[in-house]
Amino acid sequence: MQSENGKYAIETKNLSIFYGAFEAVKDVDLQIEKQKITAIIGPSGCGKSTLLRAFNRMNDFVVTSHVKGEILMHGTNLYGRGIDPVEVRRRIGMVFQKPNPFPKSIYENIAWGARINGFKGDMDELVEASLRGAALWDEVKDKLKESAYALSGGQQQRLCIARTIAIQPEIILMDEPASALDPISTLRIEELMQELKKNYTIIIVTHNMQQAARVSDYTAMMMLYEDTRSGTVIEFDATNRIFTNPKDKRTEDYVTGRFG
Amino acid sequence: MMNQRRAHFPEGTDFFASLQTRYRVAAIWQSLFLSALLIAIISLTALLYNVVDGAFGYVAYDYKKDPATFTSIPVNELTKDDLLIILKENLSSGAYNKLDDEKKMETRSHADLYVLFLERLVQIDTKATWSMTDSLLRGAEIRTEAAEKYPDAQLEFRSWLTPQFLATPMSSKAEFAGVRTAILGSLWLVGIAILFALPIGVGAAVYLQEYAPKNWLTSIIQTNINNLAGVPSIVYGMLGLAVFVRTLEALTSGSAFGITDSNGRTVLSAGLTMGILVLPLIIINAQEAIKAVPDSLRQAAFGVGATRWQTVWHHVLPNALPGILTGSILAVSRALGETAPLIVVGASTFISIDPNNPFSKFTALPIQIYNWTTRPQSEFHAIAASAIIVLLVMLLTLNATAILLRNRFQRRY
Amino acid sequence: MKEEALKIKTVDVKSFRQVDLKKKTRVGESLIQILLFMAGVLSIFTTIAIVYELGKEAMLFFGDPDVTLVKFFTMTRWQPGIGQYGIAALVSATLTTSFIAILIALPLGLASAVYLSEYASPKARGVLKPVLEILAGIPTVVYGYFALLFVTPILKTIFEDRIQVYNMLSAGLVMGIMILPLIASMSEDALSAVPRALREGAYAMGATRLETSLQIVVPAALSGIGAAVIVGVSRAVGETMIVAVAAGAGPNFSFNPLDAAETMTGHIARISGGDLSYNTIDYTSLFAIALMLFLVTLVLNLISQWIVNRFREKYE
Ligand SMILES: Nc1ncnc2c1ncn2[C@@H]1O[C@H](COP(=O)(O)OP(=O)(O)OP(=O)(O)O)[C@@H](O)[C@H]1O
Ligand SMILES: [Mg+2]
Repeated sequence: MQSENGKYAIETKNLSIFYGAFEAVKDVDLQIEKQKITAIIGPSGCGKSTLLRAFNRMNDFVVTSHVKGEILMHGTNLYGRGIDPVEVRRRIGMVFQKPNPFPKSIYENIAWGARINGFKGDMDELVEASLRGAALWDEVKDKLKESAYALSGGQQQRLCIARTIAIQPEIILMDEPASALDPISTLRIEELMQELKKNYTIIIVTHNMQQAARVSDYTAMMMLYEDTRSGTVIEFDATNRIFTNPKDKRTEDYVTGRFG
Repeated sequence: MMNQRRAHFPEGTDFFASLQTRYRVAAIWQSLFLSALLIAIISLTALLYNVVDGAFGYVAYDYKKDPATFTSIPVNELTKDDLLIILKENLSSGAYNKLDDEKKMETRSHADLYVLFLERLVQIDTKATWSMTDSLLRGAEIRTEAAEKYPDAQLEFRSWLTPQFLATPMSSKAEFAGVRTAILGSLWLVGIAILFALPIGVGAAVYLQEYAPKNWLTSIIQTNINNLAGVPSIVYGMLGLAVFVRTLEALTSGSAFGITDSNGRTVLSAGLTMGILVLPLIIINAQEAIKAVPDSLRQAAFGVGATRWQTVWHHVLPNALPGILTGSILAVSRALGETAPLIVVGASTFISIDPNNPFSKFTALPIQIYNWTTRPQSEFHAIAASAIIVLLVMLLTLNATAILLRNRFQRRY
Repeated sequence: MKEEALKIKTVDVKSFRQVDLKKKTRVGESLIQILLFMAGVLSIFTTIAIVYELGKEAMLFFGDPDVTLVKFFTMTRWQPGIGQYGIAALVSATLTTSFIAILIALPLGLASAVYLSEYASPKARGVLKPVLEILAGIPTVVYGYFALLFVTPILKTIFEDRIQVYNMLSAGLVMGIMILPLIASMSEDALSAVPRALREGAYAMGATRLETSLQIVVPAALSGIGAAVIVGVSRAVGETMIVAVAAGAGPNFSFNPLDAAETMTGHIARISGGDLSYNTIDYTSLFAIALMLFLVTLVLNLISQWIVNRFREKYE
């Protein structure tokens, strides 16, 4: 069993995820290393989002969904009995594909999560630190009271990252965080991820091979079983190996664009 | 710095404790949310119970004259012929002829004659009524109370809602009053309203969805329709009073068609008023139904060279029909239950002649309910409750039909 | 043989090509379009007729040398027959009953909406929604019966002699129950229009369902909820039968819910229900009241529609 100060932030054991009777993700075993960026890649519909959302139990909101197997954090099964999903999400933050700031001021967007989680320190300081952490401070420091909707898409996405780091999670999940953004904004987010890596473990789903190759340390390649249409991880390795010397033929086809 | 700030968040047991507090608060709120719905359920239950409670129960009545003075046969064994003879013998000839003029005595039903017997000869007189709950729970008490207060009276558990109640016209005595005239009035009213509003409403909806250009006029029409749907019904009543009852009196009273002895307060005026009232409702519902027809269908029709009207008539309307019908049924329900506009355009509260043409005077179920509810005597409340049950059953039937229609013609695309 | 078949084909194509593609006037089509257009604009004439007819009679009322706007707005008694024109005597009851109704319907309706949209399982919704739909479908005169013969007796046991047989409290409470489904369903529409992404964002921050509902979803839907409340007020102001049955049968300038008093609508219903002759001040005064009712509800409905439309654009 992994100890508190072990190497891995999170591990899955024989993890299968169901929507009703449909097994969307099957038999996944992953060890996600601390303070590293792990990318999950694979064709559309192979269960990347499903897997990612299992990590912080966002799938709980799909009534039909349930899991088999384990997801371990500090050796505790996140789906075990007595585990509180709210606490899980407070430890494992998430950034979504489309920026989804709250219809509140920029300041409130960050303060809100901290406040509900019982933050007792200096809120102004936390807001500033979080915005700096998300490389957004300089752009918004003069309009903290303005609506978050007045920001550009890229700024909104960084605001969503800022509000996530404000509650000091250990792991940040990102589901195609840059797919709705222009190349410049994308670049900024990628730089930001490198910065965040010093303090956080990041798991990112992406369709962009170059992005995966550029930012991630490890890559998990997912693929569908032909017969059951269930997705699984077919290869998990250091990113440069996946992209230069994959073991699996399907991975090679996919990363070089010969897939399908 | 990072760790320092992390220290400002409750950790471990602290976090757990604060989370427990958050959950407790959440549970309290959730039960508050749920209790709002429970209040709604309780109110609905109380309302229905209250109505049923009023329609059944003990009643203490006495006879001004003992039935035995008219016949030796027990009252409940009297045949139609017996009743005819008794009435003929005991009513004054003037009264008998008047009744005979209204409707030939021989052609009247047994129930009708029996009512006449009780009303005119025996002259039943209700002394007191009790609600169903009271009657069931305190039966013994009521019996002693009735025996004390009304020593001559008979105590009987009765249902005020009887087949006779449905079949007999109004009467000034609650015991003999029925809702026949009111039901017929309501049917006439709703019939006229729908005949007027349905074609115009569907036409307007077709125009707005299929023809109207996107311009200021269209948006004014649309806004206007949405607003009309929110105008208080009594304002429609005032409109009906001014336009149909007064200005167009010659038409709505039928005097233009040679019908005399009438003013504008006819079922036609009321029906048209109600039609105007439900028109926005029908338009909005029909628009929704038409909107739900997929565009691919229209394009397919246009693609084979259909004109716009052919497309609408052969493809859009048939597919929108279930939705339009459901919407119309809702409109009918609304028209059936509306009261205020009818008061204003002058429904009669006391009338015992069936409406038989658009220029008839009329009453309607909700008008009777209003009228009886506002009387002080409890026997009128009992028949108000019975009339409410009749009205609710009619509405329920309508809505069940709407649901059946919706399920039956569930769209196939 | 073959050639002939070919020939026929060519002729066919030719004859098709000769088809005149110029725009034709199809008389039937145009006629239908005109008819449909007339059906569409009829509703505008309805509004014009309302304004014209109510306005005409109201002008007769205000044109009476004895009636002045000052009297109309400052007197506290209403009895046009004997020269008392204080609309306040009716407005006070309308305000009191509507206020009580909203006081009941807003929290209950909003709470119901939050429960239905944020908490209820599909199965629970299947049971709870029809209850609201049935409540919404019950004719108001039946609510009047309920107010007078069920709620009032209960209030009588609570307040004893301080409450009158006809009273605004009972009418207001029952009106609140009547409006509840309206506010609930409009608010629920507003709540479910809030994008799921917003809720997920909140949950992903470690928010509980309550925190998400009350602090993120409800504020995001606030304008839609506001629209619901405004429509609710408009409905309360225009509601007639409950107040006509249960609130009182005579104008009374009072804001005490335990008093009997007559609302604008209740007054119109009572006076017009009696024998009313045209061209009397009693007759014209009713139109003045109705015109006020129409204008007030019109403004409320317009505001609410404007809010709903703006709100819809925000998330689309
Ligand atoms: N809420 C849900 N209910 C039922 N099935 C779902 C649900 N969400 C996803 N699925 C199914 O699970 C499978 C995996 O979906 P998922 O969204 O995880 O794919 P993905 O790899 O993220 O795809 P993409 O790259 O397009 O985002 C798909 O077959 C999808 O239809
Ligand atoms: Mg995905």
